[in-house]
Amino acid sequence: MSRLRTITPNRAQSVVEGLYKDMERRIVASPPGLCPVDMSLSFLRLCHAQTCGKCVPCRIGLGQLANMLTDVLDGRADVDVIDLIEKTARVIKNSADCAIGYEAADMVLKGVIGFRDDYIEHIKNNRCTLSLNNPVPCVALCPAGVDIPGYIALVSEGRYEDAVRLIRKDNPFPAACGLICEHPCEARCRRNMIDDSVNIRGLKRFAVDHAGYVPAPPLMECTGKKIAIIGGGPSGLSAAYYLSLMGHKAVVFEKQKNLGGMLRYGIPSYRLPREVLDSDINVILSCGVDVECGVKVGEDISLGEIRRNFDSVYISIGAHTDKKLGIEGEDKRGVISAVEMLRNIGDDNMPDFKGKRIVVVGGGNVAMDVCRSAVRLGASDVTVVYRRRKEDMTALREEVEGAVAEGCEIADLQAPSRIETDDDENAVALWTKPQIIGPIDSSGRPKPLNADSPEKRFECDLIIVAVGQGIESEYFEGQGVPVKKGVISALDSSDVENVSGVFAGGDCVTGPATVIKAIAAGKVAAANIDEYLGYNHIIGCDVDIPSPRLDDRPARGRVNLKELKAGDRKNCFELFEEGMTYEEACEESKRCLRCDHFGYGVFKGGRVRTW
Amino acid sequence: MVNLVIDNVNISVPEGTTILDAARSVNIPVPSLCYLKELNEIGACRVCCVEIKGIERLVTSCNNVVEEGMEIYTNSPKVREARRTNVELILSQHDCFCATCSRSGNCSLQKTANDLGILDIPYKREVPSNLWTKKFPLIKDGGKCIKCMRCIQVCDKVQGINIWDVAGTGSRTTVDVTFNRKIAHSDCVLCGQCITHCPVGALRERDDTQRAFSALADRDKITVVQIAPAVRAAWGESIGLSREKATVKRLVAALRKMGFNYIFDTNFSADLTIMEEGSEFIERIKNRWKNRFPMFTSCCPGWVRFIKSQYPDMVDMLSTAKSPQQMFGAVAKSYYAQLLGVNPDKIFSVSIMPCLAKKQEAAIPVMNDAGSGQDVDLVLTTREIDRMLRAEHICAEELEEEEFDTPLGIGSGAGVIFGATGGVMEAALRTAYYIVCGKNPDPDAFKEVRGISGWKEAKFNLGGTELNVAVVSGLGNTRKLIEEIRKGNKKYDFVEVMACPGGCSGGGGQPIHDGIELGETRGNVLYGLDKKSNIRFSHENPSVIALYKDYMEKPLSEKAHRLLHTNHNAWEMPLSPKTEKFEDDNMIIF
Repeated sequence: MSRLRTITPNRAQSVVEGLYKDMERRIVASPPGLCPVDMSLSFLRLCHAQTCGKCVPCRIGLGQLANMLTDVLDGRADVDVIDLIEKTARVIKNSADCAIGYEAADMVLKGVIGFRDDYIEHIKNNRCTLSLNNPVPCVALCPAGVDIPGYIALVSEGRYEDAVRLIRKDNPFPAACGLICEHPCEARCRRNMIDDSVNIRGLKRFAVDHAGYVPAPPLMECTGKKIAIIGGGPSGLSAAYYLSLMGHKAVVFEKQKNLGGMLRYGIPSYRLPREVLDSDINVILSCGVDVECGVKVGEDISLGEIRRNFDSVYISIGAHTDKKLGIEGEDKRGVISAVEMLRNIGDDNMPDFKGKRIVVVGGGNVAMDVCRSAVRLGASDVTVVYRRRKEDMTALREEVEGAVAEGCEIADLQAPSRIETDDDENAVALWTKPQIIGPIDSSGRPKPLNADSPEKRFECDLIIVAVGQGIESEYFEGQGVPVKKGVISALDSSDVENVSGVFAGGDCVTGPATVIKAIAAGKVAAANIDEYLGYNHIIGCDVDIPSPRLDDRPARGRVNLKELKAGDRKNCFELFEEGMTYEEACEESKRCLRCDHFGYGVFKGGRVRTW
Repeated sequence: MVNLVIDNVNISVPEGTTILDAARSVNIPVPSLCYLKELNEIGACRVCCVEIKGIERLVTSCNNVVEEGMEIYTNSPKVREARRTNVELILSQHDCFCATCSRSGNCSLQKTANDLGILDIPYKREVPSNLWTKKFPLIKDGGKCIKCMRCIQVCDKVQGINIWDVAGTGSRTTVDVTFNRKIAHSDCVLCGQCITHCPVGALRERDDTQRAFSALADRDKITVVQIAPAVRAAWGESIGLSREKATVKRLVAALRKMGFNYIFDTNFSADLTIMEEGSEFIERIKNRWKNRFPMFTSCCPGWVRFIKSQYPDMVDMLSTAKSPQQMFGAVAKSYYAQLLGVNPDKIFSVSIMPCLAKKQEAAIPVMNDAGSGQDVDLVLTTREIDRMLRAEHICAEELEEEEFDTPLGIGSGAGVIFGATGGVMEAALRTAYYIVCGKNPDPDAFKEVRGISGWKEAKFNLGGTELNVAVVSGLGNTRKLIEEIRKGNKKYDFVEVMACPGGCSGGGGQPIHDGIELGETRGNVLYGLDKKSNIRFSHENPSVIALYKDYMEKPLSEKAHRLLHTNHNAWEMPLSPKTEKFEDDNMIIF
């Protein structure tokens, strides 16, 4: 008899470990619209299977909760049962011995409080409040509703021009989005149930890269209506594009020298080369959009004048002012905002950072754009100071990794407290208060708290603040456009309430958000402006979608895009990401499960051909 | 052409052909349940799965197309196992109490299970419960629903009413009324197309046969029955009669044997409808400035329910003439009671209709103008009368043909074509021509409006007046037509609307043949009867002439108005959610 043994998993355990992984991926790919009570019951059953069986509340209580939830779902319960579920869950939460029990009960409790309506609907009407409105996860999660399975199928058949045409039905920025879209479509890709999400953005880029010039579709009959678009960013230009296709005249008023908004003045060219952005914009302008750059509404022309001269107005001014840290020394020389720096780069006024030590404050994608640009501008030392943990950063993980690879240091858990200046009022260092990570707040992120450690000093020549952007909404507020907390109030239809004929959307309504959300807002605005003007022009695309391949979809790794070596890319503003090879695009496009055809999509909601 | 092999047979089919169609083209009948060509190709039941060489998982044949070089097996061990197991799974949640099912013997699930030789089910039986009103003419039995989704599709795609939708999620997914409504509070028009497209007995009409038997058994009641035009083209189908044998005169004989006292023909009141509606139309044309055009026919109660719920601002464009069923009922309890010399309260008026909406129409509170209760007491569908024939063990095939009773049993060829799309229009034009021009046209002069097409247009010259007419059938087509009218893109004088595709011959109360549309075939039977008819003009129907002479005076007389016309605004119909949205937005513009 050996005194000790190493632990070797038996076969059953190994298989179960694999199943856990399958389940994790499955939860990732959970489609929107599932019955919350049903999901609660399923989670509860999983939790109950984890119970060791020692303690009463967990061993018996979780099972009784499951029975009651089953009765609710089967329409065999009356409303009183909700109180009993709540009481039982509370007791389990309060008296179970370990987290297996009390956390399981807490999940049920959260549900009883969070979707009580759904419990009641099941009990009273034997029905659920939710339903699967859009069963194709990628399309459901794309704010613009781009026909993703459709264009992936087209890529798979080598029909790249058709793919671009199909994308443009819902999104006139296929080239820009192929490079910088945050791809919410990939988050719940059903392919996760097998292995990993499809690289949708990579395939979009491949289609655009190989399509050549794809002209815009023919314009519909001229209506004689004129629409003013205030702000030539992705949202305004999307609205202008669709309105032009519908036969209206769109005139874009842009404050800056060039069109593109944050795509030009927020995103550095190593992520989005200017010629790529211009290729999208040129197609939009080819539809007869008129542009007046360097015109600021409120100074060069009044909103009143615009409203008098146009049949409708779309406000899409974006979020271009910087937010302040609110610490001592912020107004000194050597402290600049990210917005200011990126705007200069956007107009090709490259600042000289050669040999400079730079501190970037912030943890979002803008902070990453700034620090990575700083490296490219020759800074000798770039440090990102962030008050939470690196993993809490809102920037995409690959952005953070890219920045680190290019030599940026991340100083996390450091809250800026003051800026030290020399006698000439030049910033020379950022002082921070070290933080300790604390309790999870209501948004699910852990809160940083002041740590019991001395202040830290980051010596530097320049401090760049990237802690968020605001909206220049004061002028519009003065003109009677409703504004709440600095943000323009518009309905989800982009109508501005009580101001007839005025619509608004994009960052100036949502606060700083993603480009695809801005594009979607422009699309929504175009449709509703068209209706407002008394029309019902239909935007569609006559590209026929290939029927799906019937072969098996065995598990296969996802094709990730390669990047230029950090050492090479950090010296220039060249596009750092490499597109897929033909071979990779073929394989990756075949990974798509065609949820538009297999599953609920073939029945309802699988394809929106026109809008 | 695509070349492939199915069950070792080399075949060549056009590109885009489904595997199912390809197999069926070489007499390899792959079984299917949920599939309905062009309407429901969603691969939900997985019964039509086949195996393709080189592909591990099975593929549904109904909604996947052939590819060059495919080698397909429709009966491989893997297919056989999957098909049988999936049917067993469906059966485990199906109320298999077939003995009391209206579709027993005509059920696709029953046939599929029998064909597969399934004798017991290895799974626990979990039949879902069902909450449904017994009063509404449309009954859904959740325990029998196999969630094939056909009802949803036909209501959405063909009729465009959107009454049905998937309800619940996960394992409890089922089919129910949209927007969490109860059926009786919905804008269901009762066309019954969901019933005739249901593969099983989950949807059926409210069964009123026992009330009919009670009336027949009641010695104090005089039972008067009318037979709608389209019934004669279909009643023999489900009891195994050939079209030659299934004549209306044989149905008359069967009903007489069943014990009905007087057996009459709705063709009679169809002719009466033409007299009233035709005259009304001519009046409206004469006073164009007072009226909105087109005038719409009003004989289809599904359509009346449609316009009341979807376009309530257009209800006054309906003809005020009652439908033939209701005209008959009003005449039976007034004029005919007088002829018989009986108290009209003793008359129990029954109609046999290809339709569910007729059940609701007869129950409309204001449909009691003769003053003796509802003018029509009971409505039976074609399917119900077939069930009664079977219940009575009447061998219709052996019966000699018998004549209708008189005088309400006389109808013209113009009356009989009411049962086919375009028939009302054609009948009306025949008589309108006579009224305007003082002489009969060629009876086939207006045959342009015949045919199964869902939206027909024609122009006719009536004594110097140019008439633009349209005929639509199917409510999806109807909505398109109305939208065009509302936009000002189409202008008509007179429009015939039938809720069911093909008109009453394709009605929701007709015998069911899974996957086969018989509206056109039955319609052709009716046109054949018209052709052979001695009387081809409604105004030449001697019984109609006598009715006016002895009782109604003339079309549109005060008495005719009281008995033969109705106020479509006198009763409430739940509004469509779409309509309510219009109202919210103050969007009703016309």
